[in-house]
Amino acid sequence: MDWSALSVSLRLAGFTCLLLIPIAIWLGRALAYARFRGKGLCEALIALPLVLPPTVLGFYLLLSFGRDAPVGSFWAEMTGNGLNFTFTGILLASLIANLPFAVQPIQRAFEHVPHNLREAAWCSGLNPWQTLLRIELPLVWPGIMSAAALTFAHTLGEFGVILMVGGAIDGETRTLAIAIYDRVQAFDEQGAAQMSALLLLVSFITLGLVYGLAGRRRWVRG
Amino acid sequence: MLSLATANVARGLLLVCLLLTGTPAAAGGPPIVAAASDLQFALTEAAEQFQQETGHALRLNFGSSGNFRRQIAQGAPFELYLSADERYVQALYKEGHTQDEGVIYAIGRLVWLQRAGRGDLPSADAPLAGVEAALEAQASGTTERIALANPEHAPYGVAAQQALEHAKLWQPTEPLRVLGENVSQAAQFALSDDARGGLVAYSLALAPALSERSEYILIPEGWHSSLRQRMVLTNQAGEVASNFYHWLQQDEGQSILRRYGFSVE
Repeated sequence: MDWSALSVSLRLAGFTCLLLIPIAIWLGRALAYARFRGKGLCEALIALPLVLPPTVLGFYLLLSFGRDAPVGSFWAEMTGNGLNFTFTGILLASLIANLPFAVQPIQRAFEHVPHNLREAAWCSGLNPWQTLLRIELPLVWPGIMSAAALTFAHTLGEFGVILMVGGAIDGETRTLAIAIYDRVQAFDEQGAAQMSALLLLVSFITLGLVYGLAGRRRWVRG
Repeated sequence: MLSLATANVARGLLLVCLLLTGTPAAAGGPPIVAAASDLQFALTEAAEQFQQETGHALRLNFGSSGNFRRQIAQGAPFELYLSADERYVQALYKEGHTQDEGVIYAIGRLVWLQRAGRGDLPSADAPLAGVEAALEAQASGTTERIALANPEHAPYGVAAQQALEHAKLWQPTEPLRVLGENVSQAAQFALSDDARGGLVAYSLALAPALSERSEYILIPEGWHSSLRQRMVLTNQAGEVASNFYHWLQQDEGQSILRRYGFSVE
């Protein structure tokens, strides 16, 4: 078992959830309620990482993270470090790759909040913030949990993008999924088997959680 | 709506700040070494012995030399680079990414590798007989793959291509070839049930993890251009990386490399 790879994977998945879920709540809510021109385009953009080959995303990220590219040079000026081959770089890549996994369940959940419920809340004198915190969030909570679970599990399993922008550096960008690949190449099948079993277990538990929550949501709605 | 958006953005930014201060920098850990994957076993052993002697750990990254050459040019935090092809090192030196031109640490050899127990290991005077047998099998309808590293960015892949070209087998084997991302993966492919064998690094064939389940025959050195392997300290190298670089050139380091089939000048 490669413990440093496990730690990188857990840190990456944890930070991706922490950063992405607030953004996804905002985006999902905006997309669920708002009617505007180009909404379909927005949704397509967010869903893009679902169908895009990870190598395509990895390639564009590698280009834009370079020191000559706008994103990379901006970051280098701000922090003195590049983005390629760093933990921050794979975190940024992971945020983009996970956008659909976080936004879509939350958007679906907000779409199911009855409009008259929100109107009733406003009539009762709740301001939009209070409505969100006390009426909407409790109702969309299963959606948020699904989003977090999917994002977490998907980040643990992400391979192509991380390999391309990360460079598999021990303790920095070598995640569990990449460590498995490396172990197989080193003919260490036992190591690969242990780590694979762990990922299998975590993924299964996560999906169990997601489907369990989905079941509960149907039950709540009756 | 707007206030909610701003609040969320602010919260996101705050988290980013927390994250950046909380993440250990790459510079904090042991030095990172980028090594050609034919060193997979030899360098792991060398690094363990170096750590026993000096107490300093190293982080080893194995892959194809060409990929590392690109990553170093893009600013990857490698302190020491051991390439299976000296031209990658020389190119990095010309571009100003390394401290000097580095040194040759070993000469690599190419072998024909196949699963143990097949009982048809080619003889020394016709080391590519396995390839010819695979071509004959293909004519009678069975596909037996030939594995090699990707010649586009893996030096052992280039050598394998040259050896096949030397034997006039490059064109005919086109439908049979499978390409590993690096030479270690090529060895993995060569030992799979669907492959006849492959052209890989001698150092891998000698490693305990492989020697039990494979057999090999050396390819004559004259059939491909010399696999002169050069290592170099990058501009980011610190003291530990520099010590390891010198340690590898001394008796202990060199004897490990020799044991894994690298010849030394």
